[in-house]
Amino acid sequence: MLSGKGGTGKTFVSVNLAAAAQTATYIDCDVEEPNGHLFFKPVDIREEEITVEIPRVDSERCNGCRKCVDFCKFNALAYIKDQMIVFDEVCHSCGGCIIVCPEKAMAERVRAIGKVQRGTSGQTDIHSGILNTGEVSGVPIIKKLLSDNSLPAQRPILIDCPPGSACIVMESIKDADYCILVSEPTLFGVHNLDMVYELVKLFDRPFGVVLNKCLKGPDPVEAFCLEKGIRILSRIPFDADLGTLNSNAEIAVYKDERYRNLFSDLLKTVTKEVRRHAADADPER
Amino acid sequence: MKIVIPAEEKSLESNVCESFGRTPYFLLYDTETKESLFIDNAAASSPGGAGIKAAQMIVDQRVNALLVTRLGENAAGLLKSADIQIYKISKALVRDNIEAYTAGELSLLSEFHAGLHGRGEATK
Repeated sequence: MLSGKGGTGKTFVSVNLAAAAQTATYIDCDVEEPNGHLFFKPVDIREEEITVEIPRVDSERCNGCRKCVDFCKFNALAYIKDQMIVFDEVCHSCGGCIIVCPEKAMAERVRAIGKVQRGTSGQTDIHSGILNTGEVSGVPIIKKLLSDNSLPAQRPILIDCPPGSACIVMESIKDADYCILVSEPTLFGVHNLDMVYELVKLFDRPFGVVLNKCLKGPDPVEAFCLEKGIRILSRIPFDADLGTLNSNAEIAVYKDERYRNLFSDLLKTVTKEVRRHAADADPER
Repeated sequence: MKIVIPAEEKSLESNVCESFGRTPYFLLYDTETKESLFIDNAAASSPGGAGIKAAQMIVDQRVNALLVTRLGENAAGLLKSADIQIYKISKALVRDNIEAYTAGELSLLSEFHAGLHGRGEATK
């Protein structure tokens, strides 16, 4: 589930699809503000700290040649008054400075940037990534969330992406079988949908759009989808009851039959699409 | 005293560039000899950490003072550790700020912002 801006309903759709599937894995990749857990209220939580490796400078060995400073494309290093300075938050942990240092004055040290929490809610497994406040990149946390070999492959995995179309979103959809773009019926919504539409095309992922907060009258997002030939998977009405359920951190699928049906249908549609694309990609299967 | 000012064009009549890390040029000005030298800012197109790279460049030029509109905390830390004084720009044109500095009319910049993370591009 992805969208160009926050607040379109990624978490709403992800959580309710996972609930409609009954046995599913929900992964919250919106590591800057994960909120799927507020709906699922998982129990038996296990926590794992996520660290990255950044350089440590041995000032006895450093001769100030600045090869590392020149190498660093992110400008995480400076050499001022005969001293190396490392900007921890700017470093992307590529390890290049350690390789290029002719004096072997750079070594790795470990720095914590956040954590992953895993728990259960009924028959749904809940995984949440949490990035520490002030950190620049959540990519290492998303890598950890999605590289988990213990994820059961036979049940749906719903990935709740961060908003936008930057690195963290690319990391989140890299291995996705299908992308659901969640949008809302405004001109701003069209602009933001276009961002993620360009992204999923670039990544060559199969995709469709869920129109959320649908009102009566002309919908610029629907017009955009028609113009581009984008499949509309579902239309969710702008509904005060739904708003109330969400505000109370309730899962609509558990509380309201209309939404149980809507999300079961959406799940069926998407499952069928995933199978069709898998068959197209590999006719032997 | 050698001072440095981010400039939008290579001219004393140019506007000051509001961005430090992503300014297209820096003016190096010697208040004693009145010599001016414009240098390209190699940090301007950096994917990130432009302020850090620009600060490194300025420190390497061994200047005494920097005149800026605003400055990030990473760059400010580096400049301060190299004992470079940081003044707040008060006029639009590069030349007018040099005059204000020489007349002792500029005050020290005391507040530094957290990084703009690539959103502080110089306006063209």
